[in-house]
Amino acid sequence: MDIYLDNNATTPLHPEVKKEIKNFLNNYGNPSSMHETGRKVKSKIKKARENVAEFFDAPANDIIFTASGSESNNTVLKSVLFNNYDFTPHIITTNIEHPAVLETARFLEKNGIEVSYLNVNKDGVVTPEQVLKEIKDNTVLVSIMWANNEIGTLQPIREIGEILEDKDILFHSDAVQAAGKIKLSLRKSKLDFASFSGHKIYAPKGIGVLYFKNFEKNKKTLVPLIHGGHQEKGFRASTENTIGIVAIGKACEQLNKEIDDEIKRIKNLRDLFEKKVEKEIDDIIINGKKAPRLPGTSNITFKRVEGESILLRLDLNGIRVSTGSACSTGSLDPSHVLMAISNKAEVAHGSVRFTFGRENTKKDVDRTVKILKKEINTLRKMSPIK
Amino acid sequence: MSDDLWVYSDKVKNHFTNPKNILEVDEKEYDYDGKGQVGSPACGDMMVVYIKVENQKIKDFKWKTFGCASAIASTSVLSEMVTRNGGMSLEKAYEITPEQIIENLEGLPANKIHCSVLGDKALRAAIDDYFKKQEKKNPYKDEDVEIVCECFNISKEDIRMEVLEGATNFSILQARTKIGTQCGKCIDKTKKLLKEYVDKYYKEKIYNPEKD
Repeated sequence: MDIYLDNNATTPLHPEVKKEIKNFLNNYGNPSSMHETGRKVKSKIKKARENVAEFFDAPANDIIFTASGSESNNTVLKSVLFNNYDFTPHIITTNIEHPAVLETARFLEKNGIEVSYLNVNKDGVVTPEQVLKEIKDNTVLVSIMWANNEIGTLQPIREIGEILEDKDILFHSDAVQAAGKIKLSLRKSKLDFASFSGHKIYAPKGIGVLYFKNFEKNKKTLVPLIHGGHQEKGFRASTENTIGIVAIGKACEQLNKEIDDEIKRIKNLRDLFEKKVEKEIDDIIINGKKAPRLPGTSNITFKRVEGESILLRLDLNGIRVSTGSACSTGSLDPSHVLMAISNKAEVAHGSVRFTFGRENTKKDVDRTVKILKKEINTLRKMSPIK
Repeated sequence: MSDDLWVYSDKVKNHFTNPKNILEVDEKEYDYDGKGQVGSPACGDMMVVYIKVENQKIKDFKWKTFGCASAIASTSVLSEMVTRNGGMSLEKAYEITPEQIIENLEGLPANKIHCSVLGDKALRAAIDDYFKKQEKKNPYKDEDVEIVCECFNISKEDIRMEVLEGATNFSILQARTKIGTQCGKCIDKTKKLLKEYVDKYYKEKIYNPEKD
């Protein structure tokens, strides 16, 4: 049996989501149609929106369905460009963002917008003080990810929100990695916008969410990315991805019931895994261990061996993980997060990310540690580093 | 076997899962005639190779590599290339090129070409070391290098190595070497050489699992 430990990359469908999709497949109606075939689907979308809203603790009116977390991120950031300010706008983000934010920010820069990229401290976190220091008269948007995908560090979104509250600055968070792994309350967050993705919370690929605080009142603050229809209250044209919407609605409904227990169970698995790895394998570093981080993320550096070769050897044993090693991505630069917390390129090159999800068990932990020990041992025998 | 695409060729996979000629003892116990070391842990790749020489031929070759699957497979396949048929002559071994290694691996993905560069570099370092230990001049070392950029003393070989290490367009090459930033006389020639090397290394022998 394969062991899937790459739940920060994507998640398997929740069994209830699978059932929901199967049951829905005959509902081919266009929710915009007036007739019953369409109206039936429309009411299912309404229900899904309510479920998503409830899970993230937000009003249903403020939930916009998109095609991905990346689309949601692009919509928020590119609005700074499309809004045609009569001054040069400035935005603040971090250098540990997902490429959907980072590369969009660079695109904005090319188009004349000022961007500040904050560095994370040695715990992998940006502080509210850093944000405050960077704010200028022309700052219009702050975009900071909620949880980092590589080591899972949590950013102080609530505290940063408090700093920005009395200022005329919009606040966005890419919450794709945090969703479903920790309990989120958008109402308490002071965020204006947040991005989510279905496939990280046991729903399919191709469905995303944009949280848009007080949509009715504030809809002019953003510019739609896709024009051409009245869907999503006129903000996001395209005939709805009805299967995706129904699926993410179901996923949120299920997670809402499970999340408290699952957070504990997954954290226990992760902690057990780290304890066993520490016991069985020497010369390791658990990255971000002391920082506040996601319960299911474990990022470990195995000294003297390179991440990609560990990944591929585990893969050949049926264990699916991911690596922060530059070699695997084709870029030669090691990860910003790992560099920030360790200041050593070696740490990034030898790092492997294990991310636990709702399907993982204690047995997975035992088998993974056993195989990991064997493969690390083999690779270390090949290594010239002492 | 499933039909799923693997990231590397079957040959790379075989050498990665079952590497040949790893140095299994402490280097002091392996009575080598020459040792070559390239790369560093910080770069993500490091290779040490050891050779035993007899009658100007490589009689034995052992190695240790820290790096990704293609770096490990490159060293392993190199160890086979230089030891088969009673051993390769030092002269031929000194002339091994990255493209020979890539060819023996049935191609590498484009972003992994730089991993194959280390093997031949390490081998040359080991042969240099062998001659140094013998207190002889290395007759195969080409001292006659063609300089392309006179302002920064950059040779044709330097450009070739930069391309292999990932400088696949002029702006990357220039950022890394400053080539052509002073008098600019060499720019046309550099661009021509660059195109020649990029075509050679990044177009002809690329392993791409999605290509039929």
